[in-house]
Amino acid sequence: MRSMPRAIGATTLLWVLALAFLFPVLWFLLSSFKPGSELFTWPLQLFPRDWTLSGYRTAWARFDFAQYFLNTFLVAVITTVLTVLVSACTGFALAKYRAWWIQGFFLCILATTMLPTEVIMPSTFAVILGLGMYNTLAGIIVPSIVTATGIFMLRQYFRTVPDELLEAARIDGAGEFRIFFTLMLPIAKPIIAVLAIFSFQWRWNDYIWPLLVLNDQEKYTLQLALRSIVGAENIDWSVLLSASVISLLPMIALFLIFRRQIMNADINSGLKD
Amino acid sequence: MAASTLTRTAAQERRRRGIIAAVFLVPAFVLFCLFFLGPAGLGLLYSFTDYRGYGDLEFVGLSNYQQLFADSEFYTALGRTILYTVVSVPVGYFLALLVSALLVARSAKGKTVAQVIFFFPWLVSPIVTGVIWRWLFGESFGLVNYLIDGVGLTPLKWAQDPNLALAVVIIAGSWGGTAGTMLLFMAAIKNIPTSYLEAAELDGAGPVTRFVRIVWPLLAPTSFMVILLGTIGAMKEFAMIQALNGGGPGTSNVLIVQYIYKTGFERSEIGYASAASMILMVILLIIAVIQTRFDRSDLN
Repeated sequence: MRSMPRAIGATTLLWVLALAFLFPVLWFLLSSFKPGSELFTWPLQLFPRDWTLSGYRTAWARFDFAQYFLNTFLVAVITTVLTVLVSACTGFALAKYRAWWIQGFFLCILATTMLPTEVIMPSTFAVILGLGMYNTLAGIIVPSIVTATGIFMLRQYFRTVPDELLEAARIDGAGEFRIFFTLMLPIAKPIIAVLAIFSFQWRWNDYIWPLLVLNDQEKYTLQLALRSIVGAENIDWSVLLSASVISLLPMIALFLIFRRQIMNADINSGLKD
Repeated sequence: MAASTLTRTAAQERRRRGIIAAVFLVPAFVLFCLFFLGPAGLGLLYSFTDYRGYGDLEFVGLSNYQQLFADSEFYTALGRTILYTVVSVPVGYFLALLVSALLVARSAKGKTVAQVIFFFPWLVSPIVTGVIWRWLFGESFGLVNYLIDGVGLTPLKWAQDPNLALAVVIIAGSWGGTAGTMLLFMAAIKNIPTSYLEAAELDGAGPVTRFVRIVWPLLAPTSFMVILLGTIGAMKEFAMIQALNGGGPGTSNVLIVQYIYKTGFERSEIGYASAASMILMVILLIIAVIQTRFDRSDLN
């Protein structure tokens, strides 16, 4: 008998919160379809009076979005591939070989979570400069390859793979590298998919390294381009709103395709990197 | 004799495996040295010099640190960062916990759709998050002030009042951060054996009691991680504020990473910025140690 009011209470609270989360995006999205003149005319209205794509057209014409998309995409894909590879072989070694120095290295990797590189950016920048990577896309790819989260995810996963499987392959005469590439990598596919999705999202939305490393506008990533619009003396809101929506589209596509993997990911480590 | 050959090959085998492990670890080790250990050491070195990005290093001893401890701008940045962390971490934690509790509540309807809504901000970059909330809280053009005005109250100075501006940052940060924390909580809740909850239900415990008395305590390891990662994340907040208000009004909400960025890159006082970096590193280290201690005592 008490379950009816309870159901109503829980559902109401859930949906009040959900609408509070949804509303900012909805307002932002609907505003992007308003003509510039309508953005600041009171009374404000939720839906545009004249739906228009003029903000999108101006944004697309005034900025070299195709180039920014290409740059961001290149960086996100290349970094993700390298992150997956390095995390997999590091995670495998950490899980399946025993020595004091391997444990020590694992602790070092975990420590990078506690002391993120943003904190030491002046000297990291000096390293990037010294390696000749300033103002190149490599300068944002290479420093982002190693993430404690990725290595930790793969290590935990490989620990659940029984040692007997490895022993059996060794008795069959397979070398360690062959075991890794033909046996372990395929086994780890589910967790690799999760890491790849997460890594792509991290790199797509990255801001701080592109800000430090890239100088030429034609090398900008989307986030930097957006920042240059929002950092202007007089913000062109019509362009800013549309440009922001455009930058979101690939992430939304990613989510729609991989929703199951993302939402059911049995993740037990940090998601931010 | 046979036994000694066997032990020798076992030792050889162990050495061979050690070498192979080392080969697997080389890429991560090199990158770790280049982009973590190296910069940390270099930062410590720079912090004792007046390096400005070019020329030779000139050692100035502890003068950067002495200057820093007398720099009111540095204290403001540090104080603001700590205030932001102390408020935003608990707010974000309880918000994500509440959302997760509702999303596993048996009686709530529409959970699948709601979950997608709560998850959406995860897709949004910190820069765009800043843009979304700046647009909503614009002082003279934003919807929030329009609505406040509409019900006959005085619109608030979201951009001119430092505390209100920080409040907007906290709201935007919680909005953006809930999704990730929620994923962690949901994954942990799924791993709780249902028998625990069924037993409590038979004893007559309602859903709220069950969550607060059984689920929440069992989430302790996840809570620990969420709070630790949240604290570190808040201490290094930078991108979202860049788009939201640039640390304004004026420099009143310049947080510590932005302070390091400003001194190091806009004023190119790399030595001085490195000293600030070192202090932030020590603070983060202390936080991590304290929280790890806390976690251990909790488990015993």
